[in-house]
Amino acid sequence: MTPLLTVDDLRVSFPTRTGTVEAVRGVSFTLGKERLGIVGESGSGKSQTGRAIMGLTPGHAKITAKTLNFDGIDLLSASAAKRRSLRGKRVAMILQDPKYSLNPVMPIGRQIIETLKTHENVSSREGRERALAMLEAVQIHDPERVFDLYPHEVSGGMGQRIMIAMMLVCGPELLIADEPTSALDVTVQLEVLAILDRLVAERGMGLIFISHDLRLVSSFCDRVLVMYAGRVVEELPSANLAAAQHPYTQGLLNCLPTIGSHRHPLPVLERKPEWAL
Amino acid sequence: MTREVLSVRDMVVVFDEFVALNGVSMSVAEGESFGLVGESGSGKSTLLRAVAGLNVFESGTLTVSGKRYEGHRRDRDFYRTVQMVFQDPYGSLHPRQTVDRLLLEPLAIHGFTDVDARIARALDEVGLGSGFRFRYSHQLSGGQRQRIAIARALILEPKILLLDEPTSALDASIQAEILNLLEQARKDRGLTFVMVSHDLGVVSHMCDRLAVMRKGEMVETVSVEALEKRAFSQDYTRQLLVASEGFRRT
Repeated sequence: MTPLLTVDDLRVSFPTRTGTVEAVRGVSFTLGKERLGIVGESGSGKSQTGRAIMGLTPGHAKITAKTLNFDGIDLLSASAAKRRSLRGKRVAMILQDPKYSLNPVMPIGRQIIETLKTHENVSSREGRERALAMLEAVQIHDPERVFDLYPHEVSGGMGQRIMIAMMLVCGPELLIADEPTSALDVTVQLEVLAILDRLVAERGMGLIFISHDLRLVSSFCDRVLVMYAGRVVEELPSANLAAAQHPYTQGLLNCLPTIGSHRHPLPVLERKPEWAL
Repeated sequence: MTREVLSVRDMVVVFDEFVALNGVSMSVAEGESFGLVGESGSGKSTLLRAVAGLNVFESGTLTVSGKRYEGHRRDRDFYRTVQMVFQDPYGSLHPRQTVDRLLLEPLAIHGFTDVDARIARALDEVGLGSGFRFRYSHQLSGGQRQRIAIARALILEPKILLLDEPTSALDASIQAEILNLLEQARKDRGLTFVMVSHDLGVVSHMCDRLAVMRKGEMVETVSVEALEKRAFSQDYTRQLLVASEGFRRT
């Protein structure tokens, strides 16, 4: 089986006044139709990895890689037009906070149809039908009503479901979810994850799930990459999380307070400079 | 029995037509750590803000250290006793003031004289050296900002700290550091905590007792031991508990 996505030695750096900041420093992985989790703290380069694949890195940043290949297309040499045609159609991305990632001055239904019309030649009627069907697929009970609402009129959980609907309406082969539930309540988180999980399984896509919550990622994905300071420090199958070798991974696992474990004070991460080498 | 320092009886908060808090009561003893959990819109933050005087309450009573308060008017004594730490460290610090200025303000309001020593000590206590004193908040990370917010709350040596989701905007690893810092401060100063969070794991780690809130009402109040033994009566509490255990594929 040829992998859907091949990333080899990906590097993203930002020139600043005080020198170059290397956000991603040599990340390599391949992805088939599976769920891959990328975990790390703020600044570990996990989001920039996702954005580089998506082609959303700011213009002044420098991206290099030995290979950055999506289904036979070399993403680094692809033209802007080519990448635009991929983005939203074959590769889609769910962002963290629906409050900021939905267009505030456009009704929800029209935003979903906009995605469709960009990539496919659909009539208005068909667009509307597919958008409504998609809203139903993310378990919105009265899609007709929600279709005409503006983003500020819906709750966070509903907003994130709309975001998922919008991203999946063109049937992408690869979905990148960047902290899709971090802005949501615990109870709503589970609903949204369950919907995402079902759709990913039903429609057979590759998923990259980016989060700082190692436990959440491991319960959701097949395989987990742990990133620190722009590098992958450990790669694990989710089932073997307990067998994590790297002290950083162990630290991430242990720092969460859980019900019934009385650890005062909580173990904190000791970040060793040699991990970043 | 320990003395009650904070008491709320039948508090009602109404925003226009919407009843945000519908007759909520709680009683917090001195030195206790009390948690409030619930989903968004359950009224847990509203309750905390009504105590702090940031929201007006329509009816009910609020007693802090034996003194009654009404509406949103609070005297200086109140703020010497009660301080608050907010959820979003990016939104709760003045963007154009240095850390020094931020910490000076409460001291100036309350007429402290030994400001220099107090600011230096406050920064030390939250684990930020004096090197941070003349920085702006945008030069700090999220965790460092929250440390500054905690320093600002502690600098007046309050007795009660109101914590509104103090770690939910932070990474899991930074959250552990902030929780440890808060716990240490509570131990050192014998503080009373009222902590709001949607994460049962965090609340059960930090608190002795907790109240579950839903739709502006208190569903039930349980001790953390009872929670661990699953000795609660409400189905909603169980739902929250299941949610806190993480995602399971069904």
